This record gives sequence, structure tokens and C-alpha cells, in this order.
Amino acid sequence: MIRTLPNSRAYSWSYAAFVVLYFVFLFAPLAVTCVLAFNDSNFPSLPWYGFSLDWFASPGPERVGILHDAQNLRAIWTSFQTAFWVSIMTVVVGTCAAFLFEQENFPLKGALYFLMLAPLVIPGVILGISQLLAANTAGFFIEDTFGLDVPFLRPSFWLVVLGQFSFITTFVTLVVSARLRKFDRTLEEAALNLGANRWQVIRHITLPYLRPAIVGAGTVAFLMSFENFNTTLFLVGSEPTLPINLYLQVRDGSTPVINAISLLLIVGSSILAVANLWVSRKA
Amino acid sequence: MRRARLGFWLFLAPVLAWLVLLIVLPHLDLLVMSLRSGSGSRASWTLQNYANFFGEPIYWLTFVRTAMYSVITTAITFLLAMPVAFYIAKVARVRLQGFLLTLLLLPFWVSELVRIYGWMILLRESGVVNFALLKLGLADAPVEMLYNDATMIMGLVYTSMLFMVVPLVSAVESLDDSLIEAAHDLGAGRAAIWWRIILPHCKPGITSGAIVVFMLCLGNYLTPNLMGGKNSLWFTEQIYNQFIASFNWNQGAAFGFLLLALSSAIIWIGLKITGQKLGEVAS
Repeated sequence: MIRTLPNSRAYSWSYAAFVVLYFVFLFAPLAVTCVLAFNDSNFPSLPWYGFSLDWFASPGPERVGILHDAQNLRAIWTSFQTAFWVSIMTVVVGTCAAFLFEQENFPLKGALYFLMLAPLVIPGVILGISQLLAANTAGFFIEDTFGLDVPFLRPSFWLVVLGQFSFITTFVTLVVSARLRKFDRTLEEAALNLGANRWQVIRHITLPYLRPAIVGAGTVAFLMSFENFNTTLFLVGSEPTLPINLYLQVRDGSTPVINAISLLLIVGSSILAVANLWVSRKA
Repeated sequence: MRRARLGFWLFLAPVLAWLVLLIVLPHLDLLVMSLRSGSGSRASWTLQNYANFFGEPIYWLTFVRTAMYSVITTAITFLLAMPVAFYIAKVARVRLQGFLLTLLLLPFWVSELVRIYGWMILLRESGVVNFALLKLGLADAPVEMLYNDATMIMGLVYTSMLFMVVPLVSAVESLDDSLIEAAHDLGAGRAAIWWRIILPHCKPGITSGAIVVFMLCLGNYLTPNLMGGKNSLWFTEQIYNQFIASFNWNQGAAFGFLLLALSSAIIWIGLKITGQKLGEVAS
């Protein structure tokens, strides 16, 4: 049953086989995607025609590799910008929220905490449409009242940033709160006794302590934003992010350039994942 | 003291702005929009959007199907994840544990779109699995394995697996080995140990895993859209159709609100049955 209890050989072997199969199930689609990125073929399928880097570097016109694919490169750049702003905004507001819920007491704190958790249980599609509606309503209102046209309230880059920000902040808040809860508050009291004011305490004592959690949460926020599909789908304007752009290509038939992009995404996110793990181990 | 109050307001302001402007108001707008017809000055209050939902079988059948398949997916995910979580936490050698856990998390850092795309090139008519079947002589003609309900459920299980495994691993890990040893010494069989000791202990982990998986399935758009067939319409696709294709935002808002109500209700029931609070499950 467990390590310390005796098991029949057949039981141990079949259990281990099940776990191995599970990991095969987990990695098969990713492995196949990566391998077929290098196949010298016009379709992402077998048979194997030999090794080729065409889908990365070929300038066209028959095969356009990712390095020469202007549309996909633009989408990658848009996703980078989106993720950059989302991770900065979520980290700032999420850290504020962590301080608010861990160190302050105020009426209706429970209700506000519940509201803060709500984005966890609202499906992403719903967040997307409600934000689309609200931005539209606000846009109409401002135009009617002040005669002003606010372009970012239509589906656009900044609406995507706001939409993703609205739920990723909850994750950042939870991660930073978890670390703040373990903080020894006598350190703050000591600093206050020695004449520091509240801001000096936060700047020199609490924030350095929180840094691993903030860096980790920021990394996760970056990835969540980079890969978000459901919420972005409804808010995206004329600049599609990478997942939206890939979706349109996959839906309408695919070329191995998608495998090449996928491989880059897999490598990139694995590096971020391992780095994140390493940072949190060290903390 | 006055300075401390200033700090409180500085923490509160961004958090309130986030929650009121991006969570509360948009969802109120969603509710208002669903109860109106038309737009601008000719709009009027109506329940017609909800009447359409109940009057048109295609709408509520899709809704029921989506809910049923999400429940099935959650159950399958649990049945598959439980033995794996138990293996990692209690059976695998201690040195292997961290490695297996990292391996388990890795695929989920990769975009959902890439994972689905991997399954598509594995399973489609010209896919890798069919190629292998033909080569091995196990099939005479390629079989289309995509675009049916079973494959779609497999895809949903695959994409949401992580959110079940992680809470289960930490739940099983916190179980004291000696309890299992004691039960074994007193003559309990495997079934009794699972049923009377392991599962009751893991209840909080099971609840939080099940809630997240259920919610993610309900709100999923990519997997049913890319892996499901013509007849496996998902409710999020109905919402998308109303918003983007028919441009009927009032009807789409009503659908969105119904989906939100369903997911909130199921989560509430889940928490009530197991006697837990949202805050506990989230942390």
C-alpha cells in the first residue's frame, strides 16, 4: 500500500506501469508537436522525410519559417507587450491587496475578501463578455455626456490588458498573501521602535522579505497573460495576441510553422517554470 | 496614527478600483443587459432573452449537455488523478518525489492551445496515431478520431488534470503514514483503508480540485471548439455566436448570466456538502 507496508510484486509493477502510462499520456502531444517541427514536409504529419529547419528559418516563398512570418512575429510581440503590462499591474495591485488583507482591519473586510476571490470562480468567457459590455456602456456614456470618444473602450490592446488584469491579480494576491502571513511582525515593531516610519519599514524590511513571492507571482502572471485565450477572445481588437492568432490558423488548417512556434513556446515556458521553481526553492 | 490611516487608504484605493470597476460593475452590466432588448434610447426591460433560452431546445439542451459533460469530466479527472497523486505522495521513492512532481507540472505551463494542437496532430485522420496503426497493420483505412464527444472529453480531462492532481498530492502528503499502518495492522483491507481513511482525509483537496476542474470545463472554449464535432456544441460557443456572429448582445448576456449562475450554484453546493468555505479552498 505505502512504502512501509509489504506489497505483492504484481501489484507494485502494475501500479508503476499505470503511472508511467499516465506520464506518456501527459507528454505525448507535446513531444509529437516538437518532433514534427523538424520534419521536412509541408504538413505536420508523418511519414518522416528527413530533418529540416525550414519551418524556423526558411524565408519563403513556398515555406515561410517563423523567423520570416511577419504576422506571427507581430502577434508574439503583441503578447509580449500585453504580458509585460499585465504582470506589472497585477504585481502592484496584488501586493497592495496582500497588505490590505493581511495587515489592516476594516469594516466589511470579509465581504471584500470574498469579492477578491470571485474571479477564481468566474469562467474566463464570462469575464470577457462582461468587460466588453461594461467598456461599451462606459464608452457610450462618456460620448453622450462629454462628447468624447475614448478609443481604448472599444476592443483593443488596453482592454485586453484590463481584462486579463482583472482575474490574474487574484492569483498574485493569494501568492503574496501566503508569504506575508508567515512574516514575523516583531521585525516591523523593532524597526518602528528604532525610529523608522511605516514606509521605511515596508521599503527596507517587508518588501525585501516578500521579494521571492513577488518575483514568482510576476512570472506566473506573465505566463498566464501570454497564454490567455478565453477572456482575450472577446476583447481583442485589430492586434491579435499569439494564442488568438494561433487559434485562427489551427482552425483553418495548419502548417508546420505552428509546430515551430509551439516548440518555442514549450521551451520558453519550461525555462520560466524551472527558473520560477529555482527561485521559490531558494526562498 | 494619521500616517498609518493614509497607508490604509493607499492600499485600499487600487484594490477597490480593481474590484468595483472590473468585477462588480461589469457583472451588474451583464445582468442589466440580459434584462433589456435593443440598445440606446429604444431599449426596454424584458424577460424575452431568458424566455428564448427556455423556448428553444437547442439552447437549453446545449446548456444541460455542457453541465453534464463537465460533471463527467470532473469525475474522470478525479479517478485518473487520485492514484497518480497517491503514488507520488506515498509510494514513489522519496528522492524521486520532487522530480515526478516537477514533471507533472511542466506540461501545464504550456499554452492550452499548444496542448490541444498536439492532440489534433496525433489523432486526426492523417495524424500520427493513424499512421502507426496503418504501418502496424492494425487498421485498413485511417480512422477519424477527432471531432467526437469521447475525444472532446479526453481533451477536457487532459487540459484540467493539473488542477486536480496538485491539491490531491498535497492532501495525501499531509496524511500521517501511521494511520494507514495502524489500519493495516488491525486487519483492514485495501478497500477499507481507501474508503475509511484516505478519502475522508483528502476531502478538502478533492473539493477544491473538483471545483476548479468543473469551472474550467464549463468555461472552456478551445477544447470543445477544436476537438468536438459538429454535434458537440458547448455553451460557451453559443455565447460566442450570440456576441460575435449574431451581434445580439442582450441574448448573449442572458446566456452568460445563466452560465455564471450555474457555475456559482454548483460551487456553492459543493462547498455546502463538504462544509467548507471558499477562502479555505482557495488557499
